Amino acid sequence: MRLKHTTVISWSSLYFEIMLLDQSIHQISTLLRQKNLSSVELVTEAYQTIKEINPQINAFITLVEQNLALKQARNVDQNRVKFTSPLAGIPYLLKDSYVTQSLRTTAASAVLQNFIPPYSATVYHRLEDSGAILIGKMNMDAWGHGGSTENTDFKPTKNPYELSRVAGGSSGGPAAALACRLAAFAIGEDTGGSIRNPAAWTNTTGLKVTYGRVSRYGCIAYASSFDTVGPMAKTAADCALVLKAIAGQDPYDATSAVQPVPDYYQKLTQSLKGKTIGIPTDLYGDGLDEPIKTAILKQKKVFQALGLKLVELKMPLLRYGLAVYYLIGLSETSSNLARYDGLRFGQDRHFFTTETMRRIMIGTYALSAGYYDAYYRQAQKGRTLLIREYDQAFTHCDVLLMPVNPISPPKFGELIADPLTNIMADIYTVTQNPVGLPSLAVPCGFTPNQLPIGLQLVGQLFAEDLLLAIGHQYQQVTTWHLQKPQLL
Amino acid sequence: MKTYLPIIGLEIHVELRTKSKMFCGCPADHFGKEPNTQTCPVCLGLPGALPVPNQQAIIWTLMIGQAFNATLNLESKFDRKHYFYPDLPKGYQISQYDEPLCSGGVVTLPEGVISLTRIHLEEDTGKLQHTTLNGQPVSLVDFNRSGVPLVEIVSEPQIHSAATAKTYAQTIRQIIHFLGVSDCDMEKGSMRLEANISLMSINPGSKPQTDPGFIRLPQYKVEVKNINSFRFLEKAINAEIQRQTAILDRGQLPRQETRGFTEVTGTTKSQRSKEAAKDYRYFPEPDIPPLKFTPSQFKTLIPQLPLMPQAYLDLFIKTYDLRPDYAQTLTASPKLAAKSLAAFILAQKQGLDPAALANLMINQKAITVKLSPSALVNLLQSKIKTSQPQSKTTTLMPLVREVLKQNPDLVTKYHQGKVSVIGALIGAVKKLSPSPVDPQTVQQLLTQALAQK
Repeated sequence: MRLKHTTVISWSSLYFEIMLLDQSIHQISTLLRQKNLSSVELVTEAYQTIKEINPQINAFITLVEQNLALKQARNVDQNRVKFTSPLAGIPYLLKDSYVTQSLRTTAASAVLQNFIPPYSATVYHRLEDSGAILIGKMNMDAWGHGGSTENTDFKPTKNPYELSRVAGGSSGGPAAALACRLAAFAIGEDTGGSIRNPAAWTNTTGLKVTYGRVSRYGCIAYASSFDTVGPMAKTAADCALVLKAIAGQDPYDATSAVQPVPDYYQKLTQSLKGKTIGIPTDLYGDGLDEPIKTAILKQKKVFQALGLKLVELKMPLLRYGLAVYYLIGLSETSSNLARYDGLRFGQDRHFFTTETMRRIMIGTYALSAGYYDAYYRQAQKGRTLLIREYDQAFTHCDVLLMPVNPISPPKFGELIADPLTNIMADIYTVTQNPVGLPSLAVPCGFTPNQLPIGLQLVGQLFAEDLLLAIGHQYQQVTTWHLQKPQLL
Repeated sequence: MKTYLPIIGLEIHVELRTKSKMFCGCPADHFGKEPNTQTCPVCLGLPGALPVPNQQAIIWTLMIGQAFNATLNLESKFDRKHYFYPDLPKGYQISQYDEPLCSGGVVTLPEGVISLTRIHLEEDTGKLQHTTLNGQPVSLVDFNRSGVPLVEIVSEPQIHSAATAKTYAQTIRQIIHFLGVSDCDMEKGSMRLEANISLMSINPGSKPQTDPGFIRLPQYKVEVKNINSFRFLEKAINAEIQRQTAILDRGQLPRQETRGFTEVTGTTKSQRSKEAAKDYRYFPEPDIPPLKFTPSQFKTLIPQLPLMPQAYLDLFIKTYDLRPDYAQTLTASPKLAAKSLAAFILAQKQGLDPAALANLMINQKAITVKLSPSALVNLLQSKIKTSQPQSKTTTLMPLVREVLKQNPDLVTKYHQGKVSVIGALIGAVKKLSPSPVDPQTVQQLLTQALAQK
């Protein structure tokens, strides 16, 4: 039986038994601090739910030994005063792209099937310092190569809303797990939509941060100039608490930003009056599924009610985003994966999947003598055009409202069997990474088949506080994010 | 018979003696350390590790640039150079491709001025050890050297003889040694040489046109690696000139290739041909933001250059009146040069002749080598005091007689009218005397003694 806890929760008028991990981080943290709840109880519930649910969705690659997690929970319970962070004692998940000392890290590839890192990622250290408790390393598309978590050597993760469908990707494992409340939050990694895409398809909230906002040290690289480390959770408010803990400059990452880290949680309630949302109308045309388009555009009224102004604009150059993203991203990945030769650690390159081999080949080709100018250099010029296109758009508005996915989560095999359609599915999420912009994906509806729909709010560099504030205030007046899969 | 003009360019690699490696905190001093004891996730290229550039290494590279009068670039960046080799853990080397820290520059040699193409900064690789383990031949990798900062100095193809190439390399070594940024020890591998060599046909009778602006380079070039000393550099180039001359004389064109120098045979051997040339797939290193400087940053970042060998030479010869060969000897190392200069300044203050001090330092090296500048000056002073009584006839005359006895043929020549042999006799007395002597006094005594005979 699942461990239950009785509490009155703010969003419900009913007095009934609920899962602890269905509550917000702020609520859980308050209960823990008031000693109405122990971290041991919380962690115990997480492991029980995992035991029950995970076999159905396959979200985990490596589950941390329960005894180890409980030991940490006891430590936090006994030394409450030492931990000031709201994340203290709270169980969380890492996408398996983050190295963890003495704990197997695979990036979902058979190449690293038995790789035990001798060191830990900065994001892990920061969360450890906060007292958060790691309980699992999560499934993903190997090396981040994909948008469905089918390109994994550890069996695909299933969408909790319909088990015959994909959970999205590449951070599909953490997204599916959060949808099922297997932990309070997760750290995803977004190179071209890898946080936002699975968040939208699993009815969870995910933030792709500004490039450099969170240290990449210890994050297994896909495309180094696009990779970002960001929070995934049930709500924007939860993401705000997590981001505060993980953001900031890191002496181990030369690309980490010096900008001070604001208190994102306090800024959630900032006034949105006078802020403008831009709607690039050319993104709502062909190729976007009708139910998704309708669901997103319906939200205009909600945003207006929050005091936001709306303006329509055009961003025609974004159509080059896919070419720019795939040429640069795959060039970088061909380089980043060169070290996996099986000589010093891991298995040799025969263990790469077909999709990964395809990406390495394309990237190698784009960087080769005689082709560099036509592909890599041209793509870098395209990147500059994307930067200008966004700069131009932000002269008219503060944030941009865009779809996350053009389609609902497909059935297994539908996308991966067709590499080109697979690439096209990334169209709305690949233009932000080359520019470095932050983007928040939040739930905004369901298709007639009861499949989740998400929207994304794209902001200017380091405008995470505004994105989270809009997301939070939106979630104060909507209930999409409260829906859970029937699996629970 | 055709004649050929050798066209030679050199690439010199120098390991910087920074405290830590180029992109991580591991110690950079790797020589003789137990294998794989100075490594971390970064220099082992483990998944997730990121490079953070060493500021000291960048500043020292700029210093080298300044010492060679190179242009310090306001914008620079690192690039990835891809190739597979077991000692290269990431599958790429972080180097600089089209935006090096320094461009241009000159090296002034007695033979003339050689222009530099560029000076850039990169990371060193690990080291392979081919050995036997349990009776099996194996190749082991030591990653202690992986990621040590390495500066590459590339010359224009303006060198036209093996001898000049040697002088050029020695000059580079001396200047970098004086900057104090590298040990430049060829035996330890902290300085490595590579030569690009080709031959240009010259029409008989015409004057060789060596102005770089007018030279049309040959259609091929041969890169020679594995040169471990200045002597071998000279040998390798001469061997290559001989080999290429023979090919050209047959009316053929030497292959564009990389060759290795073999010490035992003194010849070069083909390693890799042009067809097998590598495509390094350079692209900007995304893990390191581009470097941007302002001229004022250069001023504050780069420490004032210490005196360079040429400046010491000028001072020693022009200001302190040293013999040029003695001046050379005393600028052999930055330490000796600095000590000599300090001693000369001190000597002059006390009314002593710096040139005399230099003579003392060189002729009695065994005694003087460990002395401080002030101790050197004291020694010179005491020598002059003790040598004073010797200038008297009583102490010097026995020496003069001895010299005449030892050199009967010179004495005969003198009496035959060759008065100039007196110089040789003075020298002999000087040699015999345990302390400095006044040449004029000796000459008087010699003339006296010779007249008596």
